[in-house]
Amino acid sequence: MLAGTGIVTALGLNDLAQADVATLPGYPDQLGVLVDTTVCIGCRRCEWACKESNKLPNQAPLKAYENGQAVFQKIRRTSADTYTVVNRFENPRDSSRPIFVKKQCMHCYEPGCASSCFVKAFTKAPVGAVTYDASLCVGCRYCMAACPFDMPAYQYYDAFTPQVTKCTFCFERISKEGGLPACVGICPAETMTFGKRTDLIDLAHKKIRDNPGRYVNHVYGEREVGGTSWMYLSAVPFNMIGFRTDLGTVPIPTFSKPFLSLVSPVFITIPALAMGFYSFKKRRDKLMEEEIQRALEKKEGK
Amino acid sequence: MDAIVSTTEFKPTWVQEKLFLGMTFKDYLKSNYTLFNAVVALILAVGIPVIMYRLLFGLGPSTNLSDNNPWGIWIGFDMLCGVALAAGGFVIGTAVHLLGMKEYAFLFRPAVLTGFLGYLFAIIALTFDLGRYYRIPYPMVVSWGVNSVLFLVAWHVALYLTCQFVEWCPAIWEWLNMNKLRRIFVKATLGATIFGVCLSMLHQSALGSIFLLMPEKLHPLWYSEYIPLWFFMSAIVGGLAMTIIESMASHRIFANQIKNHDPGQLDRVTLGLGKATSVTLFAYFFMKIIGLAHGNTWAYLDTGYGYWYLVEVLGFVLLPAFALMYAVQNKLVRMVRAWAIVAALGVILNRLNHSIIAFNWHLPWEYRYVPSWMEVVLTITVITIGVLTFRWIMNRMPILYDHPDFEPEEH
Repeated sequence: MLAGTGIVTALGLNDLAQADVATLPGYPDQLGVLVDTTVCIGCRRCEWACKESNKLPNQAPLKAYENGQAVFQKIRRTSADTYTVVNRFENPRDSSRPIFVKKQCMHCYEPGCASSCFVKAFTKAPVGAVTYDASLCVGCRYCMAACPFDMPAYQYYDAFTPQVTKCTFCFERISKEGGLPACVGICPAETMTFGKRTDLIDLAHKKIRDNPGRYVNHVYGEREVGGTSWMYLSAVPFNMIGFRTDLGTVPIPTFSKPFLSLVSPVFITIPALAMGFYSFKKRRDKLMEEEIQRALEKKEGK
Repeated sequence: MDAIVSTTEFKPTWVQEKLFLGMTFKDYLKSNYTLFNAVVALILAVGIPVIMYRLLFGLGPSTNLSDNNPWGIWIGFDMLCGVALAAGGFVIGTAVHLLGMKEYAFLFRPAVLTGFLGYLFAIIALTFDLGRYYRIPYPMVVSWGVNSVLFLVAWHVALYLTCQFVEWCPAIWEWLNMNKLRRIFVKATLGATIFGVCLSMLHQSALGSIFLLMPEKLHPLWYSEYIPLWFFMSAIVGGLAMTIIESMASHRIFANQIKNHDPGQLDRVTLGLGKATSVTLFAYFFMKIIGLAHGNTWAYLDTGYGYWYLVEVLGFVLLPAFALMYAVQNKLVRMVRAWAIVAALGVILNRLNHSIIAFNWHLPWEYRYVPSWMEVVLTITVITIGVLTFRWIMNRMPILYDHPDFEPEEH
């Protein structure tokens, strides 16, 4: 709770901060979603709405999603034609009520994908969405390796114009006044709350405070890898419902910064050192030659 | 060859002299009926269709890559190992042109050629891995992702390829008898070498720094803030070891090219290279240990991955370090050569550990990556074409010997 208010005040103080990859706390007015996993009923309508809204392939009728409980047999991940998936986990508190967890791109404050991309195809937009520009993408797939949540997927079966695929946070919709992400709009159980991220953090902590025993005291995404726009509440420790709890709070881009800062020093110091060595070598050779010359002359002089 | 000499008045045309090794086209074709070429033909007969298949049908059908495992052996082996083992050009260039170690000068051209081709074919292999390979110039001309380590790698590898080309160019101009161009490029060698040292230091370490963004996916025994330094040091090992291996092979295969062939000279130099490899291996080993201490990852040593780590660090770093030291002290040239191979294998093992074996170690086995046969075949094919190119150049250009019509390069 204290940490949450800390970030809120920090945001308030830094209203003018230019938020690029290099600065925390990022865009002050960015939006987010709070997912309450204790509420989700696993109807998978969000999956349907996501495909509908993003015009993704392999769409099925809504009924097929609601009745398609067989997919819960195994844990799924996002893929080229699926930006979001709902997984089912056993509830250690009450085995008759499994826990359903919706997953999609977390829309990090400082996205690992954006710092990995060598053509700047990823942008953290001021509204909070991490967007992907397929017109720049070369297809190196470093973003997929660099994502701590394993969210981006790839169109491996497209031979000529494959793209990286991931949740867009319905960027176009939420950029408009009153727009909602498709998944949030269709949810019948109010699992997801869409709003300003700072408000959501307050809301999350208020929920934890007001419902003793209902949640673990952890808002996943509040601080993970520097904070994410999507955040989660849970009744059980997060590692039991498919989240990695070993990610730490350091934003992914921070890890490569010390190395990148070495580039210009190398180009300044190494040529200087190399030229120094080279001059020493030249002079040494010259002195040696002179010495040989003198020795020869002495010999001839005799 | 004897047949040609006996037909006394045969005077080769330019094409015959430069391209067909002074033979008529027929004789040249005949001279290529060898066992080696038969094997090569077999590899290409399988490999070229595989390359076409990859290009026409995409990565999905041809590879075992997945959403969890976006990188396979085309990155882990072709790119990472290829570039590390091609560091010889930079190592020998530094020794000869900057530190003035003249006794190694005759290794410079073969090392630069090996380096140049190593980089070139690493990039060619990488092209097949890129989803949209036709956009390969994008990081240079369309959009600059300056926050990315890969951006640095792309630029530096491209620039370094140019540097090595400049360093190797005098051999081309000698082959084509273009004295003026040759003189310009000989003068540019020093600049290219210095620029190349900066670029090599940065991109060799940057190839490791790619993994800095993945602390949650790379096993803690391999993940460290020291990755850039480890990759740089082991690339020097790779470069030195490959120079030993390559010079041994070329001086055997192309011995007839070298006038006054003096195996003793190569042996002396090999001992020197072996010593340098040993010293670098020791330094690298200690940096690995400091990495363990710094990350406090000792506890992982007593796990499955820990034993595998020890195989790499003891078996392929410390052991060759001691063996090379012993061999150098007792002037056992053959032993130096044998253990140089072990050291080079150690570099390969290290790169594969970083990129494939210890990567995604948290995933269950069924989600882990194993290369498909087509990935392996494509890799072998690219290497084969690289070897063919190397042989083609060695047979035509003055790489191992000084061209009789030209003054030796002075620096």
